[in-house]
Amino acid sequence: MAVITRFLGDISLAEEAVQEAFATALARWPQAGIPPSPAGWIITTARNKALDRLRREATRSERQRAAQLLTEAEQVEEHDVHDDRLRMIFTCCHPSLAPEAQIALTLRLLGGLSTEEIAHAFLVPPATLAQRISRAKAKIRDAGIPYHVPEAIDLPARLSAVLAVVYLIFNEGYSAASGDELLRGELCDEAIRLGRLLAALMPGEPEVLGLLALMILIDARRDARSVGGDLVRLAEQDRDRWDESKLEEGRALLRGCLTLNRPGPYQLQAAINAVHSDAPSAAHTDWRQILELYDQLMIIAPSPVVALNRAVAVAEMGGADSALQLVDAINLPQYYLLHAVRADLLRRLGRTADAASAYQTALEKCENAKEREFLERQYQSLMKN
Amino acid sequence: MKQYLLSVCYQAGSTQPPPEALNKIMSDVMAVQREMQTAGVWVFSGGLHPPSSSTVLRHQNGEIVLTDGPFVDTKEQIGGITIVQVPDLDAALDWARKLARVITTPIEVRPFMEYRS
Repeated sequence: MAVITRFLGDISLAEEAVQEAFATALARWPQAGIPPSPAGWIITTARNKALDRLRREATRSERQRAAQLLTEAEQVEEHDVHDDRLRMIFTCCHPSLAPEAQIALTLRLLGGLSTEEIAHAFLVPPATLAQRISRAKAKIRDAGIPYHVPEAIDLPARLSAVLAVVYLIFNEGYSAASGDELLRGELCDEAIRLGRLLAALMPGEPEVLGLLALMILIDARRDARSVGGDLVRLAEQDRDRWDESKLEEGRALLRGCLTLNRPGPYQLQAAINAVHSDAPSAAHTDWRQILELYDQLMIIAPSPVVALNRAVAVAEMGGADSALQLVDAINLPQYYLLHAVRADLLRRLGRTADAASAYQTALEKCENAKEREFLERQYQSLMKN
Repeated sequence: MKQYLLSVCYQAGSTQPPPEALNKIMSDVMAVQREMQTAGVWVFSGGLHPPSSSTVLRHQNGEIVLTDGPFVDTKEQIGGITIVQVPDLDAALDWARKLARVITTPIEVRPFMEYRS
């Protein structure tokens, strides 16, 4: 897809050509056998399909352009595919596109999900998602969003936009913002696949590796986080159900990017998760180290959510009272987890009535059915005691 | 090559900066404009009087009727425009970034349609 888009300069045309090429492959390969380089075969066939089409439909000036493209499009080398996918990622995550358009385009053009699957994962009707994608493609064409890797000076900002899209996809999978299921595993898998692609394309960027490490370390806890569909908090999870091979991979990735000595928010979050993963039980968690990492995170990437997580670490080190003061200073009134954390702290401090009302607020703000059930259980057990 | 409209936006009713600050802004804008000209991307630039200075023409029953402007009262108004001719959006955004730095109000970048002859 990425290679053909570069030849044609038009994503929609490229997409149709690639689809036609796959259809031809399905018809031909069973009899003729799989060609020695299947990817190369698809690219060549798609290119020819697109050129046929241009010749059929085009005006004279477009025919000339098509002929020019054909002569430019010589042998496709492996590194061209590599570079083209990199260009495609930056085009899909261009800041001129709305975030939801960036996510939809990235999943559609670089991921392995169909429009229907993406629509299902984001709980929107397939027609809405298809429209979102086609509008984004039209904007790329009309606004002249280029198909290239940003220049060095723009790269940090543009790369962080790309990483944000991938992490959003992961988070939507790992803690679905709404709906009946706690997890949407296909989105986690897809985000990690995209993370691996980015790491292969940009192995020298520590934050790319940091994001991949972070996602893998969190994903290793997936099976323990949801038991019978119910949410289990980190502290109560059965650590035998953590995926040790994923944890090991995440730790190795993290060690690798830390040696580059350019810390960033994703690497720090990965490090925090690595500390959790090292503890044989919740009681053995090295909260001091976690707090230090959150302190660093507050320096390089302060946000209310980071402040809230830092407050949790403070509470774990025995300071429920000072943690509550920290939480009360955070301005995130619509974030249900803030109220859930507050409720938990108030419960620990024995302020049952205040805790009950904080649980109620959290329940009002929470839109995921499974997380609501969890809060409900917390609330009920508070009322019982 | 594509042409892009770079519009300088401001909120209706916002006050102009004091004269010294305005002079500084204007000379900085002129410097960016000269840079555009040297680079061969500049097509046109101009600042606009306030929307109250406008006249609106309407086609009504075969007649053209004139009224005082503006056509619509909007919160966001255009204070001036620049047109550049560059290869793609990122190139237009690079120039818009330079303008945004000196002008400090938002800049909107919008592509012109291309007509095929």
